[in-house]
Amino acid sequence: MSLTSWGMYPKTKNTVLKFDKEKTLKKIINDHNEIIPYGNGRSYGDSALSANIVNVKSKNYFLDFDEENGLLHVEAGVLLSEILEIFVPKGWFLKVTPGSKFVTVGGAIASDVHGKNHHIEGCFSECIKEFRIMLADGDIIICSKNETPELFQATCGGMGLTGIILSAKIYLKKIKSQYIDQITIKTKNLKETFEAFEKYSHMPYSVAWIDCLTKDDNIGKCLLTVGKFRDDGNLDYKKRKQLAVPFNFPNFILNSWTVRAFNMLYYGKAKNGVSKQTVDIETFFYPLDSVRCWNRIYGKNGFTQYQFILPKDVSYEGLKEILTVISNSRKGSFLAVLKLYGKANDNWLSFPIEGYSLALDFKIDKDLFSLLDTLDEIVVKYKGRIYLTKDARVSKNTFEKGYPHIETFRKYRKDNKMHKKFQSYQSERVGI
Amino acid sequence: MSYVLIIGATSDIAKATAREYAKHGFDLYLATRNIDQLNGFAKDIIIRNKIKVKQLELDILNYDSHRTFYNQLEEKPLVAISAVGYLGNQNKAQYDFDEAKKIVDTNYTGIVSLFNIIADDFEKRRSGFLIGISSVAGDRGRKSNYIYGSAKAAFTAYLSGLRNRLHSSLVHTITVKPGFVNTKMTEGMNLPARLTAQPEEVARDIYSAHLKRKNIIYTKWIWKWIMIVIKIIPEWKFKGMSI
Repeated sequence: MSLTSWGMYPKTKNTVLKFDKEKTLKKIINDHNEIIPYGNGRSYGDSALSANIVNVKSKNYFLDFDEENGLLHVEAGVLLSEILEIFVPKGWFLKVTPGSKFVTVGGAIASDVHGKNHHIEGCFSECIKEFRIMLADGDIIICSKNETPELFQATCGGMGLTGIILSAKIYLKKIKSQYIDQITIKTKNLKETFEAFEKYSHMPYSVAWIDCLTKDDNIGKCLLTVGKFRDDGNLDYKKRKQLAVPFNFPNFILNSWTVRAFNMLYYGKAKNGVSKQTVDIETFFYPLDSVRCWNRIYGKNGFTQYQFILPKDVSYEGLKEILTVISNSRKGSFLAVLKLYGKANDNWLSFPIEGYSLALDFKIDKDLFSLLDTLDEIVVKYKGRIYLTKDARVSKNTFEKGYPHIETFRKYRKDNKMHKKFQSYQSERVGI
Repeated sequence: MSYVLIIGATSDIAKATAREYAKHGFDLYLATRNIDQLNGFAKDIIIRNKIKVKQLELDILNYDSHRTFYNQLEEKPLVAISAVGYLGNQNKAQYDFDEAKKIVDTNYTGIVSLFNIIADDFEKRRSGFLIGISSVAGDRGRKSNYIYGSAKAAFTAYLSGLRNRLHSSLVHTITVKPGFVNTKMTEGMNLPARLTAQPEEVARDIYSAHLKRKNIIYTKWIWKWIMIVIKIIPEWKFKGMSI
């Protein structure tokens, strides 16, 4: 049974290797090359796909929890959703969470994921005390920012290319409610959108949904939502029933007209100007998780997410140019997410830099890739970069230009004999 | 809350079932031959759910120890689940009687020894659930695994008899017949994804069968229909087939 990622593109042949004991994993590593760890398959492209996939999801024990300081010790296959189910009722939440809770802790480290609070709290690596990782020679190292800084900087955001993460100690943060006070700001164009982001940058959480099929003066109109946890003491968090998309939708369902209609309704239902709501954790942080297998709406050919970030000083100009190209291409994306990020960290391949990032989902079709190549050129021109966790197609050239630490990472892999042992189809493509 | 006794607690289905019951607040007795193997698992369950977990040593093939094993339980369980299973090696079992005996004793004789004791107690107390994880392999013997299949067939018949006997004592017996399940037991087999259950799915089905007081369940449910078809194939045809 071959595995795919969340985008269902590319479809590749692979051998899935499972392990129960660490000694079995050591043997797997000794016996194979081109290994990549795979958690819950929620990265979008080919970063967790390779000839040999080591499935880590079944390693999902909670090992310890220290109620004094919120330090949680878990195996790498534990899902963030499992952490929430157990710890939100006790008044704890993830310091950093991505937009899906169905990712493993190991995956969150390997992608150094970030969330709506990046501008305040940074990436997932900020909440890590230490993790255990099996390296190319089968040795297990306890890695932390202070003790083994190079391995830490290579592994957080390193896309599983330094070894197999086995377990991690992460800090949770205290919350007093499962509800969030949310403010929605409806803007009419990119200028207003940017102003709103700046104005609300003191709020702990912020993200914008943007309509990318608008033209001219309306380019960049969005719904910005910002929020902070309430302190009403209500922690009665329950796992919600999920709706499900039962099968792959036929290809014609998503087209520029249906997306346009969706955008009109979605934007239209929000009140003009500034409005306030109270929403729960699921609605605020994980709106897409409420629909199981939502990736099937893109049809059997799958989809890809194009996520890039531009430095802050050129974000406005760059985004305007990119949104114009997308709008003219008439390839709409339901999900178009804009966010202002805080400062970059020291990890060699972590995606975030200070600036604006846009994420767009596109159904795979024959002229999509030339559009994305055009977008790549603009991203490179403005010294931006592409997010590997979402990517299935970026060229080596475009990728390299965005990541100044790439040679350090390459050398580190080579010096530690990781470069042949751990490989994904993505790492081969972009030459890391 | 009441205890659930899980016999053969190291198997993947057993672990998933333990988690399912723990999630709903039941306390657990986890019985297995090597209890140290379950240390991590038991701790995990305790962190996830505020329940009591006790690890108990049990060798299903050491029949003489079974009465002592059950007597030591201070609080008797409300539910006893047998997840003991040994697939063994069919080829080897054909020429090596020790292997054949191990398959039969693990999947049948050993559980009979222990379930007899538990059934007596449940009958006296006029309450309890006995849940046996048998297999679709027991529905019809096939050349690829008929020693295992015949032991499971015997177990299925045993459970059916228990259900009949204990019905008037208000003790409920459930026969669980999984088809393909993605576990250590089936690792390396090339199983069709649509027909293969995850252990968590089997666990949910067991818990729901308990709540609904079902008698016999197949999991995934489609196996009920597959086995109906397999069972109606006439023997003169079946004997020439490779399935």
